[in-house]
Amino acid sequence: MEQKLYFKDYNEALKQNKLLGLKCRACGTITIPPKMACRQCGSPDMQVTEVKTDGKIVTFTTIFVGAEGRENEVPYTVVIVELEEGPWLMGNLEGIDPKAASIELIGKKVKMSTKVFPGDKYSPGETASPVFSLVN
Amino acid sequence: MKKVAVVGVGQTKFSGPQDKTQVELFAEAATDAIEGSNLKPKDIKALFLGNALGDFEEGQGMIASYAAENIGCMYVPTNRYEGACASASMAVRDAFMWVASGYYDIVLAGGIERAATMGTGMATRTFAMFSDSRYEFPSGITFPGVFAMLTYLYSKTYNVPLDKLREQMAKVSIQSYKHGSINPRAQFFGKNADMTVEKVLGSFVVCTPLTLHDCCPFSDGAAAVVLASEEVAKKLTKKPVYITGTGQSSSGPLINQKDFLPRIRSREISSQQAYKMAGRKPDDIDVCELHDCFSIATLIASESLGFFEYGKSGEAWEKGEADIGGKVAVNPSGGLKAKGHPIGATGAGQVYEVARQLRGEMEPDNQVPDAKIGMTDTLGGDCATIVNMILERGW
Repeated sequence: MEQKLYFKDYNEALKQNKLLGLKCRACGTITIPPKMACRQCGSPDMQVTEVKTDGKIVTFTTIFVGAEGRENEVPYTVVIVELEEGPWLMGNLEGIDPKAASIELIGKKVKMSTKVFPGDKYSPGETASPVFSLVN
Repeated sequence: MKKVAVVGVGQTKFSGPQDKTQVELFAEAATDAIEGSNLKPKDIKALFLGNALGDFEEGQGMIASYAAENIGCMYVPTNRYEGACASASMAVRDAFMWVASGYYDIVLAGGIERAATMGTGMATRTFAMFSDSRYEFPSGITFPGVFAMLTYLYSKTYNVPLDKLREQMAKVSIQSYKHGSINPRAQFFGKNADMTVEKVLGSFVVCTPLTLHDCCPFSDGAAAVVLASEEVAKKLTKKPVYITGTGQSSSGPLINQKDFLPRIRSREISSQQAYKMAGRKPDDIDVCELHDCFSIATLIASESLGFFEYGKSGEAWEKGEADIGGKVAVNPSGGLKAKGHPIGATGAGQVYEVARQLRGEMEPDNQVPDAKIGMTDTLGGDCATIVNMILERGW
């Protein structure tokens, strides 16, 4: 069985700031990132849909010890955002001082853009990744 | 199913970077386990070996076959297990299954890792391979970063003010250091017994809000256990430790666990399987070696295992209820925090500790008096692989 949305197409769309998801015909849940089966009910009967990127910060951390090859990116802030339509996304929070990031961030509204992680020697290629910023 | 006993255990000292190869490390633990079982290598029918990152640590794949041949276990089937930090527990659990089925009567299980030898940068990169490489790692998430995010989420979900939560977490580390400091095979043996809340909170920030003393170290080490059927075990030892219950569960990327976090659904399912199989409940457990890769991970684990109420476990550490003499003794070995965390070996190291607790072989100040029922809990990746085992005295 073919998957309705593959990484490649999701990734290409994300590079254009377009977030693609899969809407389950059985239960209505939006699944992001793409999978073969609905994250809620397991049905493969899903259709590709463009998902609104508005959301709220669920949690975060500012990282001071980076992985080999990414040491010069620190400090940076990673967030999990809950989108208005339900799914969680992991990305970075920019436009703030990472060292000043505090628990007050949780619940704050954000908007999404993207950056491209070029990959390292263990990656099969570049990957788009969400970048969030606070909405005033 | 046949009853299955742990008849012998072995473990190297868990340590920082050291010069022995993985095969050499495993040989030390394995021969101790085999000799302690009153067996010879030729008696072993199969090897089940956890090894998460040997490819990166030594450029060595398929290590189980070399590990078996090295100790004189010739031509036996050998399986390598990779489930991140839960690798060795997967190996022990499958070894249990094969003996329980009656197919083999004596098997060797364990694990090896040289994570510390890789150094912090490479270890941080390879540990991050256990997050989703396509949808999570591009953000730069690290393994401590996952538990740092769960810390904030825990604080918000259960309305535990962050300052109070961090103090409770510090007390988890302090308890672990106290026990690890007198465990001769612990990475922090002889160290950090004088740890204070102020020192934990004031140490180097790895990723907010976690400091160095909230985090387990990178470690080298190996552990091994010999499992045997009941009829064989009775001939080998007067103190067989029976594995009476096991469970294992998995889940997907962290972001897909949104309906439950900071609860770990896979751990709830895995531990319930183990309790049901053993016919036991959380209150029956005298001693538990659980997966305290980070101080917050300890609190989360103890709640999913049913020892304490959700959002309340920090109070248990404040009151000593999770220490020897309390409701359940958690990590009297020092745990991953102080004993060390050679990831592919960790689960077998937990079985090593619980078996010695039930046999009454611990250092006096780390011994849980009259421990009869013990449990292990091992977590791999972003809470994506969980293995639990319940062990009981067979005498």
